[in-house]
Amino acid sequence: MLKLLDGPQTLGRGRIFWSGFLAVLAGALIYPLFADSYDVGNFAYFLIWIFMALGLCLMWGYGGMLSFGQTFFFGIAGYGYGVLAINMGGGTATIAALVLSVVIAMIAAGILGYFMIWGGISGIFFGIVTLSATLVLAFFLGQTAGPEWHIGPARLNGFNGMKGMDPLTVGDFDIEGSALYYVMIALIVVVYIALRMLMNSSVGNVIVATRENPQRAEMLGYDVRKYQLLTFVIGSGLAGLSGALYTSWGQFITPSSIGLPAAAMPIVWVAFSGRNDLTATLVGSFLLLFGFQTITVYSQQAALVLMGALLLATVMLAPQGFVLGIGKLVVGWWGRRRRRDEAAALADTARLQSDET
Amino acid sequence: MALVDVKGVSKRFGGLTAVSDVDLTVNAGEVHCLIGPNGAGKSTLFKLIVGLYPPTKGSIFFDSVDITAERPYARVQRGMSIKMQAPSVFKELPVRQNIQIALQERLSGAERMEEEDRLLALLDLADDSGKLAGALSHGQQQWLEIGMALALQPQLLLLDEPTAGMSPEETHKTGELIKSFNAGGMTVLVVEHDMAFVRQVAQRVTVLHLGKIFARGSLEAILADEKVAEIYLGKTHAH
Repeated sequence: MLKLLDGPQTLGRGRIFWSGFLAVLAGALIYPLFADSYDVGNFAYFLIWIFMALGLCLMWGYGGMLSFGQTFFFGIAGYGYGVLAINMGGGTATIAALVLSVVIAMIAAGILGYFMIWGGISGIFFGIVTLSATLVLAFFLGQTAGPEWHIGPARLNGFNGMKGMDPLTVGDFDIEGSALYYVMIALIVVVYIALRMLMNSSVGNVIVATRENPQRAEMLGYDVRKYQLLTFVIGSGLAGLSGALYTSWGQFITPSSIGLPAAAMPIVWVAFSGRNDLTATLVGSFLLLFGFQTITVYSQQAALVLMGALLLATVMLAPQGFVLGIGKLVVGWWGRRRRRDEAAALADTARLQSDET
Repeated sequence: MALVDVKGVSKRFGGLTAVSDVDLTVNAGEVHCLIGPNGAGKSTLFKLIVGLYPPTKGSIFFDSVDITAERPYARVQRGMSIKMQAPSVFKELPVRQNIQIALQERLSGAERMEEEDRLLALLDLADDSGKLAGALSHGQQQWLEIGMALALQPQLLLLDEPTAGMSPEETHKTGELIKSFNAGGMTVLVVEHDMAFVRQVAQRVTVLHLGKIFARGSLEAILADEKVAEIYLGKTHAH
């Protein structure tokens, strides 16, 4: 199984890469010991969105399906968590609410994906349908301000959004602050490793084959629709995980987190990072979220304009993504240096042998 | 015994009838060539057999099972394997990974690695196994696709113009490869223009003209048929 951690579908391999990974992980684990609780809370907030970025990377970069509506599943799971947590009474039941809300998002992805994929929708139309879905959901939730819009005691509350749900809780312990940060780190490590293993497995081989040439993949005996649906459901489930964690983190969710600007953000993160690689997406998305949040403190409009400019720059200057491009440069440089060192060592050995004779 | 049985198949595209009421039998263990001038309906018939087009009329049987309504992947799972007219490989993936994707359902672990190496050596692609498939020459891409089709160990190998764009040496080598697969028991249906290649590999030949069966029989009989020569020169069409 561990062999699947490295493979042709993922950048970075071998002892040096995994040593670097462990060093970053160790840094992330000791960070709360040195930072104040506000910064740790902010970091936990950035990390919430990473799951949605990784899911889109899987669907778009590996599977070739550009979904412009990952916020649809984010919203379903976000509101789902709120409704379930309120109706189930909070406490440890919030863990069940988190899991169930992600499952609901995956079921929604299964239904929408079935009709799109079996209906032959692909390319730009895939993006249009998914975008339409999220806009319809945002519009619908926006008009639920009246008291009649409730599920049990959970009021949807229109544009003001839903509130009053408990954060993730185990027994009497609320998972907030540093605890939430550690949960995020653990979940990201699990999801990242699982996705690497998936993409370097035989299933991952077929997923990239369906992106490259779906007809050829079918001519090798694969029902490409099933692989596309699987990719769509997993990617959307990860968007749902972001949504449920977001609601539990802030204990509120509004339709604006499902609307057009929110829907565009994951596209910018993943395009800038490099949609064809999980590590590039993980690193790039975190950097962008950190930068976006830092600028938002001063001006939200400026942050949005910067995101738009970054998307344009990516499309025009580095269509495969800036972070992935830099990553490939580093890997190429490292490989050339190793080959040069090996050649020099061989030449030295040959010279020594000729000197001895 | 018939491995493929095409019964009364027609295919219309709007007002154009590309294939009209065609019956074709491909026997198990033979190399059967489908020839005819441009526009005869060869590639359309090929696509009907592999399931890329649904027929307007008629039925297609594989190993005595009606597969008319089945999707291409299901036909492949029954034992068909296809090489398309234009090279159809995974261009952004390395050559070895192309072969691996074709093999992985049948073999795993060391066995798969061995078979990858054997196929790459057979197709003269061992030195290029790390290259992206899109960086190969046209002829090499054709061989890679043939290798992917072979990796499935099919009962029936369907080849649509397998030598298009190949040099005479590459064409001859491809012919020898096909003969060696056939000697191992594989049935082969080839759509081809190149008559030298057809002479090299064919055991039975079917001639299509204007979407209909024009002639069929042994290679010698077809080569001796003056009417077949005429349609290739356009005389019948002119009359």
